[in-house]
Amino acid sequence: MSTPPSDIDQLRARAFAPDWRLRAVWLGFAVYVLYAAGQLNFTWERFVVGIDRGATFLGRMFPPEFVRWQLLVEGLLESLQIAIIASAIGILLSLPIGLLAARNLMPSAVTVPARAVIALARSFHPIIVAIIFVKAIGFGPLAGICALIFASIGFVAKLFAEAIEEISLKQVEAIRATGATFMGVVIMGVLPQVLSRFIGFATYQLDSNLRNSTMVGIVGGGGIGGTLFSAFRRFDYDFVCAILIAIIAMIMVGELIATWLRKTFQ
Amino acid sequence: MAQKDLSVTEIATIPPTAPIWRRFSPLQRMARFAVYLAVVMALVWSVRNVQIIPEFLYDAHNQMADLFTRMWPPDLAYYPTTVHGALIETLHIATLGTILSILMAVPIGLMAARNIVPFRLVNEFAKLILIASRSVNSLVWALLFVAIFGPGALAGTIAIAFRSIGFVGKLFSEAVEEANSGPIEALIAAGASWPAVLIKGYWPQVQPAFWSIALFRWDINVRESAVLGLVGAGGIGLVLDTAMNFFQWTRVATVLLAIFAVVIMAEIVVTQIRKRLI
Repeated sequence: MSTPPSDIDQLRARAFAPDWRLRAVWLGFAVYVLYAAGQLNFTWERFVVGIDRGATFLGRMFPPEFVRWQLLVEGLLESLQIAIIASAIGILLSLPIGLLAARNLMPSAVTVPARAVIALARSFHPIIVAIIFVKAIGFGPLAGICALIFASIGFVAKLFAEAIEEISLKQVEAIRATGATFMGVVIMGVLPQVLSRFIGFATYQLDSNLRNSTMVGIVGGGGIGGTLFSAFRRFDYDFVCAILIAIIAMIMVGELIATWLRKTFQ
Repeated sequence: MAQKDLSVTEIATIPPTAPIWRRFSPLQRMARFAVYLAVVMALVWSVRNVQIIPEFLYDAHNQMADLFTRMWPPDLAYYPTTVHGALIETLHIATLGTILSILMAVPIGLMAARNIVPFRLVNEFAKLILIASRSVNSLVWALLFVAIFGPGALAGTIAIAFRSIGFVGKLFSEAVEEANSGPIEALIAAGASWPAVLIKGYWPQVQPAFWSIALFRWDINVRESAVLGLVGAGGIGLVLDTAMNFFQWTRVATVLLAIFAVVIMAEIVVTQIRKRLI
C-alpha cells in the first residue's frame, strides 16, 4: 500500500516481462505453418469447392443401404477372426520377446537384438506391414493376421519389457536364493509382479487389433476393409455408410468388452 | 491345500470349521473361468472358420525370403529424386494435421469437461464427437476426404486432423477435469471474468499435460501420415504405392528405410523436447 506508484510499475514490468525468446518461437511456428500450407498447395478455393462437394457426398451417403447385409456380416466376421487369431499369437509371442528385452534380467547381448525387433515392429504402421505380407504370401486373411501379429509384438512386448524393468528385485532374489532354476525365477518371481499389467496391455492390443483388422482389407489383407474399399471405388456411398456404421458399432462393442475384461482381472 | 506347508501340530490346532483363505471370491473365480472359456471358444471358432489356404502358409517363409532378396540392395539413388520430397510432405501433413486437430479439439475438450461446462447434455454431445472421431480409422477419414477434396495433401492433412480430435480432445478434457479447483475458486472470488479464469486458472495447470499430449499425437501422426498415400491422400505412401505397383522392390526398400528413419527421428525429437519442456 505504501509503495510509490513508480515502484509498482517497475515490479509489474519485471513480473510480466515479455519473453522475447518465446515470442520468437511462436513467430517461427506461424511462419512454418504458412510455409508448409503453401508447399502443400492449400488454397481457400479448393477448400470452398470441397465443402460444396462434401455436401453432395454426405447427401449420397444417406440413407445407409443395408440390403447387402450378408456381404457386410461376412466381412465383419472375417475381421473379427483376424483380430482374435492375431491377438492370441501376438500376445503369446510378446511374452518371451518382452522377457528377452528386459535389461534387468538379461545380458545386453540378448536385450539389444530383442529391442531391435521391437523397434522395427513399432516403427511401421500395420497397414504398411500388411502390404508387405500381401505381396509376400498373397491376398487373404493370412496376410492380415501376420501383419497384426507383427504390430502386436511391437506394442505389447515393449510395454511388457518396461513393466519387467520396474519390478522389485527382492522377490526375484528370494526365489533365486532357494536354488530355483531360471524358469522357476521367471514364473514365481517375475510374472506374478507384472501379470496384471500384462493383461492390461493385452486387452488394449485386442482392442487395437480389432480396429486395424477392419483396415488391413484396404490393401488386400482380408476382412471388411476390402468390401469398404471396393464400395468406395464403385461410388456406392450409401453402402459405404452402412459399412462404416457397422464397423463403428463393432469397435464400440469391442471397447466395452475390453473394459469389462480389465475390470474382471483387476 | 494351503495347509500343506504347516507342521502336524499346527494343523491339529486349526478347528475343522475354520474358513479356508482364498484369493478370489466364488463370483470372481466364476467370472475368470468364464473369460478363459470365452477366449478359448473364440479362438477355436476363429481358427476353424477363417479362410486360410494352407499351401500359402507352408510356402510363406520362402516367399518372404524371396521378397527380401529382391529388395536388396536398396536403390539409394531414388532417394534424392523422389523420396525426399515426399518425406518432407509427409512431415508437413503430420505437423499441420496435428495443429489443426488441436485447434478443433481444445474447444470440444473444454465442452466435454464437467467442471467447465456444467450441462450434462453438452458434455455428452462433446464426448460423442470425440468417440466418433476416434472410431473411424485415419485411412477411412482419408478415403472420405479424398472423395471430397480430391487426391492430395489437403485431404491427408484434414484426415489426420479429424482422426486426432478424439485422442487430443479426450486426454485434454481429462487433464482439465483433474485441475485443482483451489486457484479457480480464488480467481472467481476475486471477480475474474471467465476468459481470465480459463487462462490464468486452468491453463497453467493443464499446460504440461497439453504439450505432452500434442507431442505424443504428433509422433503418432508421423507414422499414420506415411500410409495415407495408399488411398491417394499425399505423402510418402503414394511413392510406396507406385513403386509396389511397378514391382520396383529396390525402390520399395528405399522408401521403407526412409519411413523407418523418420519415425525413429520423430521419436528422438519428441523425447528431447519432452525432457526440456516438461
